[in-house]
Amino acid sequence: MRNRWNIKVEVLGIALAILWLLPFYLMFVNSFKSKKEIFLDTTSPPEAWSFDNYITAFQELDFLTTLFNSLLITVVSVVLIVLFSAMAAYALSRAKSKMSTFLFFLFVSAMLIPFQSVMIPLVTVFGQFDMLNRGGLIFMYIGFGASLSIFLYHGALNNVPKSLDEAAKIDGANRWQVFWHIIFPILKPITVTVAILNIIWIWNDYLLPSLVINTTGSETIPLKMFFFFGEYTKQWHLALAGLTLAIIPVIIFYFFAQRSIIKGVSDGAVK
Amino acid sequence: MRTRDLSYWLFLAPVLLALALVVVVPMLLGLFYSFTAWNGIQTGEFVGFQNYLNLFKDERFLDSLWFTTKFSVVSVILINFIGLSLALIVTSKIKTSSLLRTTFFMPNLIGGLILGFIWQFIFLKVFASVGEAVGMESLQAWLSTTETGFWGLVILMSWQMAGYIMVIYIAYLEGLPKELIEAAEIDGASTPQRFRYIIFPLVAPAFTVSMFLTLSNTFKLYDQNLSLTAGGPYNSTEMVAMEIFKTAFVQNAFAYAQAKAIIFFIIVAVISLVQVYINKRREVEM
Repeated sequence: MRNRWNIKVEVLGIALAILWLLPFYLMFVNSFKSKKEIFLDTTSPPEAWSFDNYITAFQELDFLTTLFNSLLITVVSVVLIVLFSAMAAYALSRAKSKMSTFLFFLFVSAMLIPFQSVMIPLVTVFGQFDMLNRGGLIFMYIGFGASLSIFLYHGALNNVPKSLDEAAKIDGANRWQVFWHIIFPILKPITVTVAILNIIWIWNDYLLPSLVINTTGSETIPLKMFFFFGEYTKQWHLALAGLTLAIIPVIIFYFFAQRSIIKGVSDGAVK
Repeated sequence: MRTRDLSYWLFLAPVLLALALVVVVPMLLGLFYSFTAWNGIQTGEFVGFQNYLNLFKDERFLDSLWFTTKFSVVSVILINFIGLSLALIVTSKIKTSSLLRTTFFMPNLIGGLILGFIWQFIFLKVFASVGEAVGMESLQAWLSTTETGFWGLVILMSWQMAGYIMVIYIAYLEGLPKELIEAAEIDGASTPQRFRYIIFPLVAPAFTVSMFLTLSNTFKLYDQNLSLTAGGPYNSTEMVAMEIFKTAFVQNAFAYAQAKAIIFFIIVAVISLVQVYINKRREVEM
């Protein structure tokens, strides 16, 4: 009885999983077809697996440059968010005072502000200081990423006993050394969570780069995808090859880090 | 470490500077600009509440607000229902559990813009060809009406977010005390009874978290809206985030767009806080 029930659940699960993957299947098989073949049939596999669409899309997207831009911006932003947020959360959790409470509240309440509410002044102010470029974008990501990251680090730091700090101080370490040699390594599990949440968001962000990056050659993948798609709306075979190319790096990342990713997302939401 | 130590401020300096310049200053400036005739370059004259009064008569803005609300309500219900169902499936004793989790979660790793383009292809091309093959005219010309555009967005968002919400429910379901469920089973509680009286009350905190996430995500939706329907046909599927963007950067009505953005902030903040407050109270009662 119990066993039969489980088999039914399993079959239902697998059926749903197939349904979940169907959009990716459709994108993938059609990306190998010609324009005409897509017009005739969208559901079967292609007659011939030709890479022509991919070659064109790869060149049109300037894929290696675009991929590099996305990697550069994501990696630099996430590294800085992790380091700076951990430092800030450490100070806030170790110096208990009204000032710390106020600053923590300020950081956390910034999470409630939708991007649209600050978007227009942000762009005009940064424009006046000639900061609408990749450096400016990374700086903005630090500002927007700080809230959640500090919140998560703060929660984790409250579980790290202060006696650790004190022991290291007696041994002659200063604040800076205590933090980097003792505290930061202990925070590794939460660092993975913070890094993953920020990677997913920054890698996929479209709106902010669309407002900040306005030089050809500096575009991130979502930004380039938007322009590419606009040009190829009538040429689905090329558009689909481009979309598949854009997704490949994410699939590779997911393949190697799926456990930490799902755990990170769940910890980030539950804490 | 004490608040008056130099090291305290040095540890805080980088994020304080970034938060101040990226969030605090623009927020305050934005609030100020919303009361002026600012055009992006010059502040212009002080107009008091004029921008705010105008937006309550702005049909396009009100329509986008109403569309966003409808979309959020339907999506929140669907996403939570599907997410909880998926979580119950993958936490039962099945062999493919981890493979299924990986699959259901996958769309969340890919940007909303890209997902919207993929679904645009499915609605426009695949639906049309399937519709032709089986003779269902209703499957053709999807996204070309307000109604199909609405459901297109709902389907896209449910498909994407259910896996995320599933992960949250899993975390709570796996934390449930097994003895409690087994005890109920021995006492003769049926599956629906166990669900109604034990599992559901115990995962209520998960509902608070996931509702907060789905609500704020669907209410602030932009990328998927842009790539799936671009607000069309005739701006009828335009959501608030997109409407504000267009007011500012297409019509160049900066101060007016900023007033809309402030109202948007107030709505988002009120919804988030009220929602958490109500759910927290309900949790205690249960």
